[in-house]
Amino acid sequence: MTAIRIRRRPPLTGMARREARHGFLFILPWIIGFVVFTLTPMVATFVFTFLNISLEDQGPVRFVGLDNYARLLGDEQAWESLWVTTRYALMWLPVVVVLPFLLALVVNSSRVRGTGLLRVMLFMPYVVPFVAGGLIWQNMLVEDGWVNSALQWIGISDPPSWWNDATWVTPGLVMVGLWGLGAGIIINLAGLQAMPNDLYDAARLDGAGWWRQLVNVTVPMMSPVIFYTLILAVVEVLQYFLIPLVLFNGTGDPDGATRFFNLYLYQTFFTYQEMSYGSTLAWLLFVITLIVTLVLFRASRRWVYYRSER
Amino acid sequence: MKRMDVTRRIRTALMTIVAFGIAAAILSPLVQMALLSVKSREQVSQAHSPVLPSDPRTFEYKGESHDVYRVPIDGEIRELALVEKGRTESGFIDPDNPGAGLITWEGSWRNLEPSWEIAPKWSNYTDVWGLIDFPQLLTNTIALAVISTIGTVLSCTLVAYGFARFRFPGRGALFTLLIATIFLPATVTLIPTYTVYAHIGWVGTWLPLLLPTFFANAYNVFLIRQYIMTIPREVDEAASLDGAGPLRILVSVIVPQAWPVITAVTLFNFVYTWNDFLVPLIYLSGSPELQPLQVGLAAFSGLHATNPAYVQAATMMTIAIPVLLFAFFQRTFVRGIMSTGMDK
Repeated sequence: MTAIRIRRRPPLTGMARREARHGFLFILPWIIGFVVFTLTPMVATFVFTFLNISLEDQGPVRFVGLDNYARLLGDEQAWESLWVTTRYALMWLPVVVVLPFLLALVVNSSRVRGTGLLRVMLFMPYVVPFVAGGLIWQNMLVEDGWVNSALQWIGISDPPSWWNDATWVTPGLVMVGLWGLGAGIIINLAGLQAMPNDLYDAARLDGAGWWRQLVNVTVPMMSPVIFYTLILAVVEVLQYFLIPLVLFNGTGDPDGATRFFNLYLYQTFFTYQEMSYGSTLAWLLFVITLIVTLVLFRASRRWVYYRSER
Repeated sequence: MKRMDVTRRIRTALMTIVAFGIAAAILSPLVQMALLSVKSREQVSQAHSPVLPSDPRTFEYKGESHDVYRVPIDGEIRELALVEKGRTESGFIDPDNPGAGLITWEGSWRNLEPSWEIAPKWSNYTDVWGLIDFPQLLTNTIALAVISTIGTVLSCTLVAYGFARFRFPGRGALFTLLIATIFLPATVTLIPTYTVYAHIGWVGTWLPLLLPTFFANAYNVFLIRQYIMTIPREVDEAASLDGAGPLRILVSVIVPQAWPVITAVTLFNFVYTWNDFLVPLIYLSGSPELQPLQVGLAAFSGLHATNPAYVQAATMMTIAIPVLLFAFFQRTFVRGIMSTGMDK
């Protein structure tokens, strides 16, 4: 694609050629890094899916055709773990998109005092390492932890046993994730602060109340930011597994409810050293991520509003 | 008019209280961690023990130590030391007034609640310091964070400068490709990379963690590029007329002007490396002496699951530095993140 472009353009003058050479030289570290650490491994992952590289199979590397894919189709554990990831994603995505937006609205509100301090308090957990954050929340959610005490205080006499109940462990993990929302809050806040005031003035002149302003002005104007947080969150949530890995030692407890797809992938290639089958799982995850993000980009044309288009 | 003013004030007060209530709720786990980290193992294992770190109270009486209980006598609760245990009635001494002699109380002392006194167990921290080999983990983490931050800042500044200041064929496409890597799942490159490193014997060394940081990453290149674009070109053109080459302009003109974003990237990357888990876990799981804090912490939490106070003390020790860095540089952090959101 690049080559075609060069041909179409008039030949570069001496000055321009020197500038181009300098530009290439400066971005060279990234180009090398991209080829060595991203492009080649990606292609290799794909090639691995047709081979038989694994610890058990010590024989020579062979081409095995679609064997790995056939195994994937019949691998119940893979599909079950994909469902675990999907279930978590369905619960997590609304939280990770809506909550930072709402909290940013609160911090940005002229009705709230002390917003500087508030911003710091809401962002601070973001710098806590997530392993540490997971261990801290693990304690919040034990049976006689603070969360359950708070629930009892508001009248829920029989609060759930978060870590031992296959139904409740997913919302429990969502709560652990709350500490990762800091960046989302700040990005939403930046979006809100960059919003032109005259739009609100016009809306107010038209007699729009608080709710109408939010729905008809704020949300459409913020849609690119919301879309950006959504896409990043989708890519991340499909790879989710580190917190359950730490909290449950990779056992998938309780009852397989935390055997996420990526945990299965990790154990396949790392614990059992099945490189080829692990690559097949990785490739499946990549294709799923690609399809979901492409669908979201397609759908975004309907609801994401870009100022520059007008 | 006045009435509106009052309702407005009440609204402001209410909104502020709700907002800080949410923030306090989000931060409350930190408080629970801090309290738990200085509790004794005995207290943690007992149901209905106090929220604050405490020890069961004891009282020295005639050379012997006796437990203090909360005894209901005549409608009030008194804190008394149990000196004579009996099945149906027991003898107590008032620690505040031992001279008053034995107080007899009817009922089974086993149903009484013990009395607690606040006693933070600071020794948890000194215990954990040795158990987890904190000095080693800390040295590893700092070394990894410093080296990878140097690599990241150097390479990302070069690449960002290239994208921001030079016209070359395919620049737009390459930049799009760079940004696209942000959305690429890490897993899709992990297995062959690991296999190659295992082959050349780099598993169990820091090289797989450090090497890639010298080849730039999309997120930080984007940040620095956006900032460089805001620096007026006239400045570098003037330097160029004075005969400065591109590298010279970068070092003497661009870098001093882009200092705020370079500080932000330095901080982000330092904290990012500090918090990173998967890559060090994969490459260093067989070499505990090379592991950074988070990997050590995860292993420690598995070993000491029966003593949550130890785990929380260890956790506290691993988060102290990123949290302090944030406290000192919170403006830089917040502004850095804000600028990533602006242009998307």
